[in-house]
Amino acid sequence: MAVLEMNHIKKVFGGLTVLEDISLHVDEGEVLSIIGPSGSGKSTILRCATFLEKIDGGEFSYMGRKAAWEENGSVKYADKASLKEIKKNFGLVFQNFNLFPHYSVMKNLTDAPLNVQKRQKDEVMAQAEDLLKQMGLSDKGDAYPYQLSGGQSQRVAIARALMLNPGILFFDEPTSALDPELTGEVLRVIKSLADKNMTMVIVTHEMKFAHDISDRMIFIDGGVIVEDCTPEEMFSSKNERLQSFLGKLETTY
Amino acid sequence: MSLSTMLVQMGDGMLKSISIFIWTLVLSLPLGLIVSFGRMSKNRILRGIVTFYISVMRGTPLMLQLLVVYFGPYYLFQANIGAYRYTAIIFGFVVNYAAYFAEIFRSGIQSMPKGQYEAADVLGYSRSQAFMKIILPQVMKRILPPVTNETITLVKDTSLAYALAYSEMFSIAKQIAAAQTTFTPLIVAAVFYYIFNYVVAGIMSYIEKKLSYYR
Repeated sequence: MAVLEMNHIKKVFGGLTVLEDISLHVDEGEVLSIIGPSGSGKSTILRCATFLEKIDGGEFSYMGRKAAWEENGSVKYADKASLKEIKKNFGLVFQNFNLFPHYSVMKNLTDAPLNVQKRQKDEVMAQAEDLLKQMGLSDKGDAYPYQLSGGQSQRVAIARALMLNPGILFFDEPTSALDPELTGEVLRVIKSLADKNMTMVIVTHEMKFAHDISDRMIFIDGGVIVEDCTPEEMFSSKNERLQSFLGKLETTY
Repeated sequence: MSLSTMLVQMGDGMLKSISIFIWTLVLSLPLGLIVSFGRMSKNRILRGIVTFYISVMRGTPLMLQLLVVYFGPYYLFQANIGAYRYTAIIFGFVVNYAAYFAEIFRSGIQSMPKGQYEAADVLGYSRSQAFMKIILPQVMKRILPPVTNETITLVKDTSLAYALAYSEMFSIAKQIAAAQTTFTPLIVAAVFYYIFNYVVAGIMSYIEKKLSYYR
């Protein structure tokens, strides 16, 4: 069963159609990268899938459970209780981390599991310590976000998302705010998650990384999916738009 | 009149000034937060009413507002609220200061980056949980400097209660000064307000330090 399935998703921002007709599915254990030029709608797909934006057409579901669908020409979302359940399926890592600055690293990780999910304290603390260790941040539990580098912040943000044991993890340009040195440490963490068969959707501009880590890649331009194929096919595609994006065409200067 | 008798008489007024200050602060801060919600409401009518209320409160003298609160009911409905002088004073102060605090809260809330709401939402916080746990604590830190300004102004504004012939410290100082033809009570009053504000500023900077554990 597909963890996430989106069909004919449409999104309009004040008359401007950002997503024209997006259909995609992510299977369990699969790593999907979404590439495409700025403004092509990559991030909007993730924002629609995570309910940060409302879709204007189409339907999508998690683990076969419908989150939103079309009814009589307008989009209907599942009721509040169902949405609460559906939202437990995914986590989202933002480009600019969005850590809570007034909470320590440990509290950033544990507050939602303890106070929203109402889980057992011992179990939550053990999981948090374990995740920090995985992220190479065992000594940062008491630090505050302002004391961290960008790479450390992003790794904390990834750990925070993993605390909720999501079935699928979305990354919205996770390294775009980082310099090349810090990018590496974050990409290594994402790679280690892929090795553990974490289901992931990654919006990224890191082409080589996307090629190496993905099971499947999607190239999106102008709100439509131009290519949906394996990394190998993606980089050997004859599609002109894709080739020019990947910089393979001869330049005229 | 000896200085000690003078101080005893004024001491009673000081307690009244302090009580106006404390009640106004304790009531107008939460009320200001509620008013700021109205000011930011999506409902145009509610937002319009609240915006008008704030502009009147900020656009007319507090002394005049106190007179309206206290004497208004009599002129409008022949209702004598003479027995509720203290309540009227607190009411006037709270309604005025809530308007100022509302604008401070609004600026603080609107200065919060959208990403904080989004991160909380994705982590499963409800809207009210996100506001109380994630947004409001950070807003508090951001608005502390302007709130300190207002609080210091409030200390001095308590003297306006003399317009309703309420015997807080400043009224008593004036009375004694006029009756005894001496300048001393006014100097005592000045020292009182100065020390009061010195303490208030000290407390506020202590809170500011407490909140400086993060950026």
